[in-house]
Amino acid sequence: MNSKVLARLALYSTLLVAALFFLAPLYVMLATSFKDAEQIRSGNLLSLPASLNFEAWALAWSSACTGVDCRGLQPYFWNSVSMAVPAVLISTAWGAVNGYVLSMWKFRGSELLFGLLLFGVFMPFQVVLLPMSQVLGYLGLASSIGGLVLVHCLAGMAGTTLFFRNYYSAIPKELVNAARIDGAGFWRIFVRIVFPMSTPILMVTLIWQFTNIWNDFLFGVAFSGADSKPMTVGLNNMVNTSSSVKSYNVDMAAAVIAGLPTIVVYILAGQYFIKGLTAGAVKG
Amino acid sequence: MAHWQTKRLEDALPKLVVAPAFVLGFAFIYGFMLWNGVLSMTASRMLPNYDEFVGLEQYRRLFEMDRWWVALKNLGIFSVLYVGGSLLLGLCLAILLDQRVRAEGALRTIYLYPMALSFIVTGTAWKWILNPSLGLERLMHDLGWQSFHFDWLVQSDTAIYCVVMAGIWQSAGFAMALFLAGLRGIDDSIIKAAQIDGASLPRIYWRILLPILRPVVFSTVLVLSHLSIKSFDLVMALTAGGPGFSTDVPATFMYVMSFTRGQIGLGAASATMMLATVAALVVPYLYSELRVKPHEF
Repeated sequence: MNSKVLARLALYSTLLVAALFFLAPLYVMLATSFKDAEQIRSGNLLSLPASLNFEAWALAWSSACTGVDCRGLQPYFWNSVSMAVPAVLISTAWGAVNGYVLSMWKFRGSELLFGLLLFGVFMPFQVVLLPMSQVLGYLGLASSIGGLVLVHCLAGMAGTTLFFRNYYSAIPKELVNAARIDGAGFWRIFVRIVFPMSTPILMVTLIWQFTNIWNDFLFGVAFSGADSKPMTVGLNNMVNTSSSVKSYNVDMAAAVIAGLPTIVVYILAGQYFIKGLTAGAVKG
Repeated sequence: MAHWQTKRLEDALPKLVVAPAFVLGFAFIYGFMLWNGVLSMTASRMLPNYDEFVGLEQYRRLFEMDRWWVALKNLGIFSVLYVGGSLLLGLCLAILLDQRVRAEGALRTIYLYPMALSFIVTGTAWKWILNPSLGLERLMHDLGWQSFHFDWLVQSDTAIYCVVMAGIWQSAGFAMALFLAGLRGIDDSIIKAAQIDGASLPRIYWRILLPILRPVVFSTVLVLSHLSIKSFDLVMALTAGGPGFSTDVPATFMYVMSFTRGQIGLGAASATMMLATVAALVVPYLYSELRVKPHEF
C-alpha cells in the first residue's frame, strides 16, 4: 500500500515538473514584459515584476522601433489579419470542395492524382520560393498581401483537401446514393447533406490553417514588402534590430502579442487543434 | 439544352470542380520543382537568368563550400537530437499520462501549447532565456550556484544545441499527443491479460505496448524528421545562423544565398538537395500508405 502511494507521488511530481518545464518560458516572457529596465538589470528570469507595468506592452504595440520605423507591431498585426482571414477561408473552402469530389465523386485516376497532390503536404517550400517570387512578379502581386494570400492558398490546399477527403470518406455512401436516386445533383448533395455534417472537420481545418498561416515566417520573409510584412517578420525584425540599448521587456511583450491570437484559439478550441495535428500525421 | 447534354455536364461537373486544384496544385508542386531545378542549372546570381546553362556546376560549387558542409553537419546534429529528444520526452509523458491521472486534460493542454506558437515567438523567448549574462546564468548565480557559466548561445561550437533545446521544448508535446492517441487505441484486454500473467507495468509497456505502437513511432519520426529538414524559423529567430554561419542549416543557407547574397543558382541547388532529402524520406511512406488502404480514413 505504502509503495503504491509513493509511486503515485513520484508520478504526479514528475508530471508537475514537466508542466513547469513547458510553462517556464511563458512565465519568463510575461514576467519580463512587466518589468522595467532597472528590474531586468537587477533581477533574474524568475523574479517577479514589482508591479503590472504595461509600459513595455504599449511600446511594443504602437511605438517600438524597427530601424527607423517606429510604429510598433501594430501595422504588422493588421497585415497578418488581412492576410490570414482571406487565406484561411479560401484554402478551407477549396479543400472542402476538393475533398467532396475526391471522396464521393471518385473518377478513374482520381486516387492517383490525389496521391500526387499529397506530396504538397510534405515538400520543403524552399523549392517554390524562387519560381513563386518570379510568378508573383508577373502577376503584379510581388510584395503585396494579395500575393501572400495566393501563396498560402496554394501551399495549404493539399492539406485542407486531405482533411476533408478523409473525413468525407467516412460518411456512409448510402446517404449520398439515396439522394442521387431522388434526383439531387452534385451541388445540392453537397449543400444539403454533406456540408451540414462538416462542422467538426471545418473547425479542425479552419484552426489548422489559421495557426499555420499566422505563424508562417518563410513566405512572409521571402515575399512581403515594406508595407505587407506579417507579424512574425515584424517581430523578428524588431527583436534583431541592432540598437544600442536592448529592451528585453519590449521584446517579450512583442513576442506575447504575436503569439496571443494562436494561443487564444488553442485555449478555446484545443481539441480541434490536436485533431488536426494528429490527423495530418497519423494518416498522411 | 437537350437532356443528354445536361447529363454529360452532370457527369463532368465533379472533374471540372476539382480541376483547378490539380492544375494549380501540380503547377505549384511539380511545376515549381522543375522550374527550381532549371534555375539550379543556370548561372543566375541577383536575378534569374536562363541564358547561361551551366549544367551541374552549381552543385559542384555547393559541395565545395564550407558553409554548406556546416549547414549539413548542423542538420545532422539537429535532426538526430531533435527527433530523438522529442520522441523520448513525448513517449515518457504519454506513458505517465496514461496512468489514469487526475487533471489529465489540463496537463495535456500545458504540454502541447508550444505547438500552437510560432517558432519566431519561441525563438525570441529562448533567446532571452539563454542570454549569456542575464539569462539562465544569472538565475543560477542568484540561486547560489556561483560558478555556473552558460554562454552556449554565443559560442559557435555550442549554439546549435540551443536550437535543439528550443526545438524539443516546442515539439515534445506533439509526440506526446500522437503516442497518447496510440496508447488509447490499444485494447485494454491485452494489458489485463498481461497483468494476470504477472507481468510488471514497465515490462508490459516495453515488451507489449511499445511494439504495438511501432507504426505510431514510425509516423512520428517521419513527421519530426521532415520538420527538422525544413526548420528555418527557429534558427532565424534564435541565432539567425550565427555566430558567423556556425548554426546555418540548409533552409537558412538557401534563404541567404537566394535572397540576400544574390546567388540564386546556388540557392536553387541547395533547395533541390533539401527536396531530395525530404522525398527520400516521405515518398516510400506515402506510397505504402496509399497502396495498403486506399479507401479508408
